Amino acid sequence: MIQTHALTFQYDPSGPLLAFPDVQCEPGERLLLLGESGCGKTTLLHLLCGMLQPASGSVSLNGQDLGSLSEAARDRYRGQHVGIVFQKSHFVQSLSVLENLAIPAFLQGVAFDQSTGMAMLEQLGIAHKAHQRPRHLSIGEQQRAGIARALIHRPSIVLADEPTSALDDSSTSAVIALLEEQAAAVGAALVIVTHDQRLKDRYAHRIELTAQPQSA
Amino acid sequence: MKLNWLYIAWRNLGLKKLQTSLSLVLLAFGVGLVSLLMLSERQLSATFNRNIEDIDLVLGAKGSPLQLILANVYHVDAPTGNIRLADAEKVMRHPYIAEGIPLAYGDNYRGFRIVGSTEAYTAHYEALWATGRAFESSFEVVVGAQVAERTGLNVGDEFFSAHGLQDETDVHTDKVFTVVGILKPNGTVLDQLLLCNISTIWEVHEGHGETVLPEDREITAVLLKKRNPLAVLTIPNTIRETNMQVALPSIEINRLTQNFGIGMNTLQAIALLIMLISFASIFISVYDNLLSRRYELALLRTMGGSRQGLFLSLLLEGGILSTGGALLGLVLSRLGLVALAQMVEDKFRYDWTDIGVLTDELLLAGMAIFVGLIAAAIPGISAVKMDTSRTLSEAQ
Repeated sequence: MIQTHALTFQYDPSGPLLAFPDVQCEPGERLLLLGESGCGKTTLLHLLCGMLQPASGSVSLNGQDLGSLSEAARDRYRGQHVGIVFQKSHFVQSLSVLENLAIPAFLQGVAFDQSTGMAMLEQLGIAHKAHQRPRHLSIGEQQRAGIARALIHRPSIVLADEPTSALDDSSTSAVIALLEEQAAAVGAALVIVTHDQRLKDRYAHRIELTAQPQSA
Repeated sequence: MKLNWLYIAWRNLGLKKLQTSLSLVLLAFGVGLVSLLMLSERQLSATFNRNIEDIDLVLGAKGSPLQLILANVYHVDAPTGNIRLADAEKVMRHPYIAEGIPLAYGDNYRGFRIVGSTEAYTAHYEALWATGRAFESSFEVVVGAQVAERTGLNVGDEFFSAHGLQDETDVHTDKVFTVVGILKPNGTVLDQLLLCNISTIWEVHEGHGETVLPEDREITAVLLKKRNPLAVLTIPNTIRETNMQVALPSIEINRLTQNFGIGMNTLQAIALLIMLISFASIFISVYDNLLSRRYELALLRTMGGSRQGLFLSLLLEGGILSTGGALLGLVLSRLGLVALAQMVEDKFRYDWTDIGVLTDELLLAGMAIFVGLIAAAIPGISAVKMDTSRTLSEAQ
């Protein structure tokens, strides 16, 4: 589960203070964070996974307060418990799709089960691309491979940053369905950050972010 | 399947084959050239020094002193001319002179010089016999190791000599030489010579219809060992009236290597420049990788990769490039040496096949690898300092 309390963030000391509403998402639940560009969506996502440190307030993942961890420990914790799906799925371009799936295991120092990876690619319909370089995949296939990589290590929290903004309507519902299905399969809390209004009706549990940063 | 940083670095280099090859080739050429210079310098000085050991002065006909040394000590140049035996013997008997080894020549067998001398010559170079014995009477020949290998001559074989020092057009078919001994290889000029007594040389040419009175007999040169250091100063005075001169091998060879040295230094500077460029190329290569893969590196951070891990991966890229380039360079320099040895052997009949790795070369390779790592560490540090969140935001 993911839980925040009175988060604020400031990019530089003289800059405006961004304040965020509290966010909570239980295992197996889905949460949509909806907002226009520039309202700090990506900032919030980076705060949620500990890539940014809040000016005040707290983020806790599965009861672990991220602020109390050192940077290296936060990196490790994030690697273990969080899977992130990006708007444009970037990969390590020199490695094959399957090898890209092995990266989380490598970085956490655990063995990678190749058959699990293949099974996942099979489910997502891109098993035949397993040994190709990521750039040989279509945008849709790359997005699915990105989902595979975010979920391969069975994280308890899945964060998706604009997962559908580059996709057409039919691909959007397909990708979202896959994301939900995969997150449900590992029992993860799914948080989608987006400005994509097409997703609005899908989620009862949503928080709308305001475009104007509040002043301190 | 298990990934590691080395594998990822390797694959990243493979993604940019052109840039990677350029860095490798540049460093290989730089290291190769420097190491080739080191190797040939070793061979050159070893060859030179072995042959002038304990020869203080060389007595011969007037002309270029360097030529006198090259012709009579190394047997790679034409002699400056002949000197009268009677005149030479006067010098050999001089109280300041301990020993004189007379040399006479003018014939060859299949391009190898036939040198007339005494047992003192073989004794001087501490020659050992592989088989047979020393020459005793005229037309008995002792064959140097390389000559035996190249010509296939064996004890008991007979052959005719050819006039001159190189070509085989003018063969003396009336005088038969007989092989009585073969020398073991000992890394001196003896390896490339056929040895006989001095009267053999005279008889070959007398048989040619030139009758020579004993007092007019000539030899080519005398290798002298001094008894008294003053010999170097006094001997030139005693022979001023003759057609003879003395030359000091150590001084002439010094002059020769100094002349070589200018060329060597220029080559060394060029080689170092190439190495410098290759380090720049490694730096650019790794830095370019960093720039084009910033997002990838940030991505690795989101998946739990540590800053040190990213630094290591970039360092490994530089390490692979510089290690590969350095090793390739050492291989290249050996190929170069073998090619050079071929040329030297054909032209000067010297054997240059010692391709063992020098300590200096290990130092060179070590330094190349170290500088390669430094060149990679600079972009590596900027990877360590990278702001993951900002990099990810900028890429979107």
